[in-house]
Amino acid sequence: MTTVSSAEHTRRDFLYIATGAVGAVGAAAALVPLIAQMNPDASTIAAGAPIDVDLAPIADGQIIKVFWRSKPIFIFHRTKKEIEEAEKVNVADLPDPEPDSARVKPGHDQWLVVIGICTHLGCIPLAHQGEYDGWFCPCHGSQYDTSGRIRKGPAPKNLYIPPYKFVSDTKIQIG
Amino acid sequence: MSGHSTYQPQNKVLQWLEKRLPIGGLIYSSFVVYPTPRNLNYLWTFGGILAFMLGVQIVTGIVLAMHYTPHVDLAFKSVESIMRDVNFGWLLRYLHANGASMFFLAVYVHMFRGIYYGSYKEPREVLWILGVIIYLLMMATGFMGYVLVWGQMSFWAATVITNLFSAIPGVGDTIVTWLWGGFAVGNPTLNRFYSLHYLLPFVIAGVVVLHIWALHVAGQNNPTGIEPKSDKDTVAFTPYATIKDGFFMAAFCILYAWFVFYVPNFLGHADNYIPANPAVTPAEIVPEWYYLPFYAILRSIPDKLMGVIALFSSILVLAFIPWLDTSRVRSARYRPLFKQFFWLWVIACIGLGWLGSKQPEGIYVIMSRIFTVYYFAFFLIIMPLLGIFEKTKPLPNSISESVFGAKA
Repeated sequence: MTTVSSAEHTRRDFLYIATGAVGAVGAAAALVPLIAQMNPDASTIAAGAPIDVDLAPIADGQIIKVFWRSKPIFIFHRTKKEIEEAEKVNVADLPDPEPDSARVKPGHDQWLVVIGICTHLGCIPLAHQGEYDGWFCPCHGSQYDTSGRIRKGPAPKNLYIPPYKFVSDTKIQIG
Repeated sequence: MSGHSTYQPQNKVLQWLEKRLPIGGLIYSSFVVYPTPRNLNYLWTFGGILAFMLGVQIVTGIVLAMHYTPHVDLAFKSVESIMRDVNFGWLLRYLHANGASMFFLAVYVHMFRGIYYGSYKEPREVLWILGVIIYLLMMATGFMGYVLVWGQMSFWAATVITNLFSAIPGVGDTIVTWLWGGFAVGNPTLNRFYSLHYLLPFVIAGVVVLHIWALHVAGQNNPTGIEPKSDKDTVAFTPYATIKDGFFMAAFCILYAWFVFYVPNFLGHADNYIPANPAVTPAEIVPEWYYLPFYAILRSIPDKLMGVIALFSSILVLAFIPWLDTSRVRSARYRPLFKQFFWLWVIACIGLGWLGSKQPEGIYVIMSRIFTVYYFAFFLIIMPLLGIFEKTKPLPNSISESVFGAKA
């Protein structure tokens, strides 16, 4: 390429820069669909729509497992004893402090709904096991109480609460 | 690519890299300072267009492969799911399907350019033959890609084309069973076509590297057919050819975009939107437009085995053109008789393409036979004879003389 005297900007310079700019915009625009196509597609998103779960068949003290957005959800019908155990704990002593009232819906404290994935490295904890009457994770020994809160072991956080609401006293909608 | 590279990077990092892997120097000598004949016309852009389209097909193909399922029960649905559910899936699918058509359109213009200007002649014989190999690989890749959709045309095209091999005496049926992986086209066939369809484009890319290497050894041909004699005959590849090619590639992409966004199913066949049904053959089985001329040649021969031989010969004969054409003059610009026969041959190719879409009956069969005879006669009779008998026009003294006039 012949050199141009640096004082003047020629039409050629302008054309080079303009072409380069349009080319760069075009390249960026071309990347958008190539990257966007890897995001969840419409059928996957549709399959992740909210689900209704009927609570009537769940007995006192029973824990059931449902799937929502490919994640296991524990639904725990707590007995009076289990609710008391959860409420009596000194919140400040907990590794991840959170009162039981923040983890249940008002007026429905016998129902605990949590995502059944250990907050350590992702295994599914086992129900009605461990020293705290909640869950025990066999992978690395984390133990959760009747409110799904971490009490002992390497997990850093309490079991997460999914978005859900009561559509009636015996039915919840998760999602 | 001869002689010491004149590449002298200013940047220290680039100097460091250049000593260890001289890729900067390779790109510089091949695509920046590379001496390019100054009289090339836009027909010479199609090589670059083809490389671009290969890239487009590979990129769109790989992202489509993230969503496609190669199983007979799921394939058609997975393609429809790409069209409807995957983000921009409709765009990726139409880019890939119409991209194949644009790829073949460009390759035909590229090949016609080669024949017209004698680009296959000494010392570019290997370059030409590598091109024929690329073309064959493209045809195999395109065929298998079309089968993957698993529509009615996909299935029955697969059946027809694989059945061609049963014409081989003795081992024919064994070969066909081996290709199918079963007693008919089925799931094993679909699965292996998927694997090979993913593989072959990378084989094509490898042969393209050899093709460009062979080109750079001989240098480009040009419309006069005479080699550059001095620096006055050439210009640096960058910026002249780079910008010229960039402009024409953009125009080509406008044509491509017109298909993709306005008439994306125009070049396809409606029957391929019907899921494959092994029990029902469609009223007419037609391949995609780029295979139609060969389809016409196949059907014009009444004998099964001879038809298959004619089909494969019509492509393989291309590899022998460097030796079939005996003329000392390269470019048809200076070969008045060859020029006329060449255009008749182009008309024959287009005519065969049109006839390939028709039912093989009546006047269509007669016309197919006439055009097929001319197709082969052009290579086997006209090319050898013209070299001996044709009176060629006088050649210019140099490329720059043909561009600037005798003053240069």
